[in-house]
Amino acid sequence: MWTLSGGSYSAVLMVEKQYNMPDARGRFGPYGGAYVPETLVPVLDEITKAYKAVRRDKAFQQEFKHLLETYVGRPSPLTFATRLSEQFGRKIWLKREDLNHTGAHKINNALGQVLLAKRLGKKRIIAETGAGQHGVATATACALLGLECHVYMGAEDMRRQQPNVYRMRLLGAECIRVDAGTATLKDAINEALRDWVTNVEDTHYIIGSALGPHPYPMMVRDFQSVIGKEARKQILKSEGVLPDLIVACVGGGSNAIGIFHPFIKDKDVRLVGVEAGGRGSDLGDHAARFEGGRLGVFQGTSSWVLQNEDGQITGTHSVSAGLDYASIGPEHAWLRDLGRAEYMSCRDDQAIAGLHLVAEKEGIIPALESAHAFGALPELVESVPEGGVIIVNVSGRGDKDVAEVARYEGVQL
Amino acid sequence: MSNKENRIKKTFKALHKENKKAFIAYIGAGDPHLDATVEMVCAMAEQGVDIIELGVPFSDPMADGKANQAAAERGLASGTTLRGVLEAVRRIRERCQIPILFFTYLNPILAYGAEQFAQDAVEAGVDGLLPLDLPPEEDPTFLKVMKQAGLATVHLAAPNSTVDRRQTLAKRSRGFLYYVCRLGVTGERTSLPEDLAEQVASLKTSASIPVCIGFGISTPEQAALAASAGDGVIVGSHLVNIIAENGSNPDLVTLVANRAGELAAAVHGV
Ligand SMILES: Cc1ncc(COP(=O)(O)O)c(C=O)c1O
Repeated sequence: MWTLSGGSYSAVLMVEKQYNMPDARGRFGPYGGAYVPETLVPVLDEITKAYKAVRRDKAFQQEFKHLLETYVGRPSPLTFATRLSEQFGRKIWLKREDLNHTGAHKINNALGQVLLAKRLGKKRIIAETGAGQHGVATATACALLGLECHVYMGAEDMRRQQPNVYRMRLLGAECIRVDAGTATLKDAINEALRDWVTNVEDTHYIIGSALGPHPYPMMVRDFQSVIGKEARKQILKSEGVLPDLIVACVGGGSNAIGIFHPFIKDKDVRLVGVEAGGRGSDLGDHAARFEGGRLGVFQGTSSWVLQNEDGQITGTHSVSAGLDYASIGPEHAWLRDLGRAEYMSCRDDQAIAGLHLVAEKEGIIPALESAHAFGALPELVESVPEGGVIIVNVSGRGDKDVAEVARYEGVQL
Repeated sequence: MSNKENRIKKTFKALHKENKKAFIAYIGAGDPHLDATVEMVCAMAEQGVDIIELGVPFSDPMADGKANQAAAERGLASGTTLRGVLEAVRRIRERCQIPILFFTYLNPILAYGAEQFAQDAVEAGVDGLLPLDLPPEEDPTFLKVMKQAGLATVHLAAPNSTVDRRQTLAKRSRGFLYYVCRLGVTGERTSLPEDLAEQVASLKTSASIPVCIGFGISTPEQAALAASAGDGVIVGSHLVNIIAENGSNPDLVTLVANRAGELAAAVHGV
């Protein structure tokens, strides 16, 4: 058994032999699906068909691979964290998505989807963004491939991720401020969906995480799986064994599913996702869906959702804009039910401590999102045998967060 | 089907006999508060409105434009819950029998419990629901539960729905089929789409139930024009905007009911 909680024997078999999700209807067990207004049904069908075709299309895959190598700079290194390893007594490796062009894993999905949009003949791209990384990645991919780009961003996120707002503008994209609701990621997604139902004919919506209606959770996972595929090869090459543990932060869940997915059948590799524990366990103070949420349908998919007893989606809090979201990708909910992945949360203060730790010990300032994976390390290493191998996914770099960290610590810049 | 669906059927039958089209008015429940909702529904019924759609307020109304978003916010701010809306329907039923449909996102109903909701809704006197973010194949069990309880489940067809899809939607919809005449979210528009008559005619070839047209219809002229193409017309954001502007006006109920009456007269005059 590879989890603390333990999975059932049938789930074990299912994972080992036949993990092949989602099903044809976009379901991961009871999760997933496509809960959308009727206007989006034809376009989701169209995307599903086109995506199935490009999945098998050599020319498409080659073009994608070529861009990942020559433009993004893949493969991203797997760096041995010498001083962290010394401190924790385990071999800690860092998967360096922070070194990608634009500074996070988001570019993998953005490029894949912009290429797909071109195949679909769409001229106009829309996206939502929380931390701004997906917005920047999408603006970048659009600049590279010559498409018009509009990015919706909550007013609160624009405030805390200002450098990214201007980066998008420099890249020729329009960044549209969203004041509705809580003015964060979920509200930006609502606005993007409203734009999409209005402009479906010429517009492709690039969702930035493994979220939303089918086929997005599958498609985003596939485009992000390059992270895990590389990490698997790299760790086998340098350690000669698979890791005991892989840790990644989970907002919607794209960097986590990207590194987890190629290891799902390796039953001895523990997979741990870290949610934002925010400033406490009261509803509204965190974004730990598996701790404070329950099953619901939100923004096109069925998954765990932070909501009140009337089914109204509640506000969330996290120091990191990219984890500040009320629902979680459906595949994570399913992996958790299977007992194949585990989830825990890390509070704001622990994430900030994690950021300091990697910055001071390894000379890497991680994004506040990725800092949650480091914040969880002190607790997690306890369950790994001494000398064991751990991979932490550094989903992005912290340049965008410098001002926000200073603000959190009461430092005037 | 149970007698609840018959309230909608009966209405269409009676209109059909008189060779009239249906006028359906939408307002957000609890906007500005549920007492006003009860009064507005009864007053609109008196002014000749045929069917009422009550929007159940939701925190994240992704298919709605600004007007209905603001209405949902006002509804939530006045403390409106699904339970509260059901209670309001019970109060309406003591006074009038106009068919009432809930225009709703799925999550509040899931949180309430689908089976419990179906039972309570029928008991309160609700006639059906339009689940905005539930394409018919997504959750057949949910829809079956609603239908078995006696609630009409109205599906929406869109301008970009394929021919096959239109047939499926027409076949599965109960009460009527809602034709969303615009790509986009709810909200007022200045004109009707040019191909409206054609589109509705194509839907009517596969639908054995009435086809009603909504999204963006505001004026009595537009309503009359749309009515000539279909079996009924839905006006929402336009009435919601009147409520927005007159939330604390003592004449709110009269203002809304009178405007709804003008729209109903225009539709009935076709
Ligand atoms: C660097 C970084 N990591 C993680 C996330 C969280 O998203 P996901 O869970 O999809 O990886 C974000 C989102 O903005 C991000 O920018």
